[in-house]
Amino acid sequence: MTLLGIDNHLPALQVVIPLMGAPLCFLLRRPVLAWGFSVAISSATLIIAFLLLQTTLQTGPLSYALGGWAAPWGIEYRVDTLNGYILLLVTAISTLSLLYARTSFEHEINSAQLPLLYAGWLLCLTGFLGMTITGDAFNVFVFLEISSLSSYLLISLGPDRRSLTAAFRYLVIGTIGATFILIAIGLFYSMTGTLNMADLAILLSKNTESRTFHAAIGFLLIGLAIKAAIFPLHLWLPNAYTWAPSAVSVFLAATATKVAIYLLLRFLFTVIGAEHSFNLFTLNQALLPLGVLAVLIGSVVAIYQDNIKKLLAYSSVAQIGYMVLGITLVSLSGLTATLLHLFNHALMKGALFMAVGAIFYRTGSLRIADLTGLGRTMPLTMAAFLISGLSLIGLPLTVGFVSKWYLVVGAVEANQMWLAIIILLGSLLAIIYFWKVIEIAYFHHKSSEAPVVNEAPLSLLIPTWILVGANIYFGIDTRLTAGVAEKAALLLLGGTP
Amino acid sequence: MEHHHILRTITKLLIPIILLFALYVQFHGDFGPGGGFQAGVIFGSGIILYGIVFGLDKAMAVIPPSVLRVLAALGVLLYGGVGLTGIFLGGQFLDYSVLAAEPTKGQHLGILLIELGVGTTVAAIMILLFFAFAGFNREERG
Repeated sequence: MTLLGIDNHLPALQVVIPLMGAPLCFLLRRPVLAWGFSVAISSATLIIAFLLLQTTLQTGPLSYALGGWAAPWGIEYRVDTLNGYILLLVTAISTLSLLYARTSFEHEINSAQLPLLYAGWLLCLTGFLGMTITGDAFNVFVFLEISSLSSYLLISLGPDRRSLTAAFRYLVIGTIGATFILIAIGLFYSMTGTLNMADLAILLSKNTESRTFHAAIGFLLIGLAIKAAIFPLHLWLPNAYTWAPSAVSVFLAATATKVAIYLLLRFLFTVIGAEHSFNLFTLNQALLPLGVLAVLIGSVVAIYQDNIKKLLAYSSVAQIGYMVLGITLVSLSGLTATLLHLFNHALMKGALFMAVGAIFYRTGSLRIADLTGLGRTMPLTMAAFLISGLSLIGLPLTVGFVSKWYLVVGAVEANQMWLAIIILLGSLLAIIYFWKVIEIAYFHHKSSEAPVVNEAPLSLLIPTWILVGANIYFGIDTRLTAGVAEKAALLLLGGTP
Repeated sequence: MEHHHILRTITKLLIPIILLFALYVQFHGDFGPGGGFQAGVIFGSGIILYGIVFGLDKAMAVIPPSVLRVLAALGVLLYGGVGLTGIFLGGQFLDYSVLAAEPTKGQHLGILLIELGVGTTVAAIMILLFFAFAGFNREERG
């Protein structure tokens, strides 16, 4: 790795490799080549993310000055434990869902569009990684637009015509969100004359009384809440996840809102500062009811869905509620819970959407009523669905248990027993909507005229079971996830950028 | 548009000037107002004007969409390639100073190449957008 000192350039390469990969992928034209190439690129980003996280854990934050222009004038890429952790999550999910994508895309999408789709995927990955790694507020907006525009493309290529309206709706709402974020960054800039996050943090703390600052925080919070699909600004999410191609649902459900939650944490704790965000402006009191409502309403609405992907999408709205609740506690265990749930929810929802994609591959239907008898005809797929569903409910020995445990501990530490009860109530509601699916798949006998369905192909099952395995592994061995999440939470509360 | 002789003649006169002006904005961008994005839009609008007056088929014969797609990708690759060259020559990503013997000359060369990449991609995408919208009904009819 010492060749040309390339390891010094890892922060830039993390973003540049997928960015350069996208046009090359587009030029390849042959779908199989484009797929293999994008898997290679995504794996390279995974290796880089792993090395970056390892380095930051050993030696502390890394800073990279793009173009040799030093911060705060130039654009700085800054990797610490927090965003190193998110980079690892995003690249790992992207690589696994790309492995899954080939069989699924070939079944759902016209082969002429496949190279375009893979190029869009890599651009979307570029956007997520860029938003996560950058230490420059305006750069966040640029990468946000890259990831948003490419995710509209990815969603619109879905097999159903409704994917077009879903993508258009997401485009309209997402653009409003991005504009709000840009307005907030513009207001910050007008107050301080700087765009570097660490520099903003210092300069903003001197001027907390200004009306501009208050307006900027309002715009920022709403813009990020739209992107993170925080209740009641989640309306774009269910349709976008439901009608996107199966593998795209896996990728976006496990990463898109997570990166937005990361940005929320970064802006609230690092740029504005925990002291101002929560003691001066008491933003946690604004976020708390939204989190509670997201958990309750998201779960209840999920119970009434008859489309299985929509059920999972509303369940995502509820799970984002848990992450918001963790933030509002503003304590070490609360933040650890949020960061853990960020990772763990990606594992469970990734596995669930993969299992649903495999069911769609065989049955061509997303209706829950059409799942009858699949427990017998597709035993491996349904078992994967069952285990990751139990993880979502929060059964011990799965990742879902670990993050909910931290959240309940956080609520009890803060003397908010009612919050702990709401969290448990959310789990009970999750049992109801999962039981609905499980009952039909395992206990309803299908009619004799129904077409014969076989088990899903291995190319879909292997990535699914890798994620299911991760659900159990990280539920038992929490050293990596909880350890890093706790370090990152400490970093946020310490106020050091 | 066959019978609009004035329109056709003036367009023929204007297009070379528009394209020349685009190239001026492109390559003079580091001394005066301008740059790759503006140049790309002006260049694209020259071709789009040709398409509007003489028809989509003739415009597509001048620059086929397949060529445009390659150009759009190449522009991004040129941009990123210049950035990576900075790394290979011992600087940071997008560090232009190491591109030539003297830092100022390197900066000059770097910004020129980067803007050329931007201009290529923007022009290609502008024309592709026009082709996509103008050809929309045609595809619908089969």
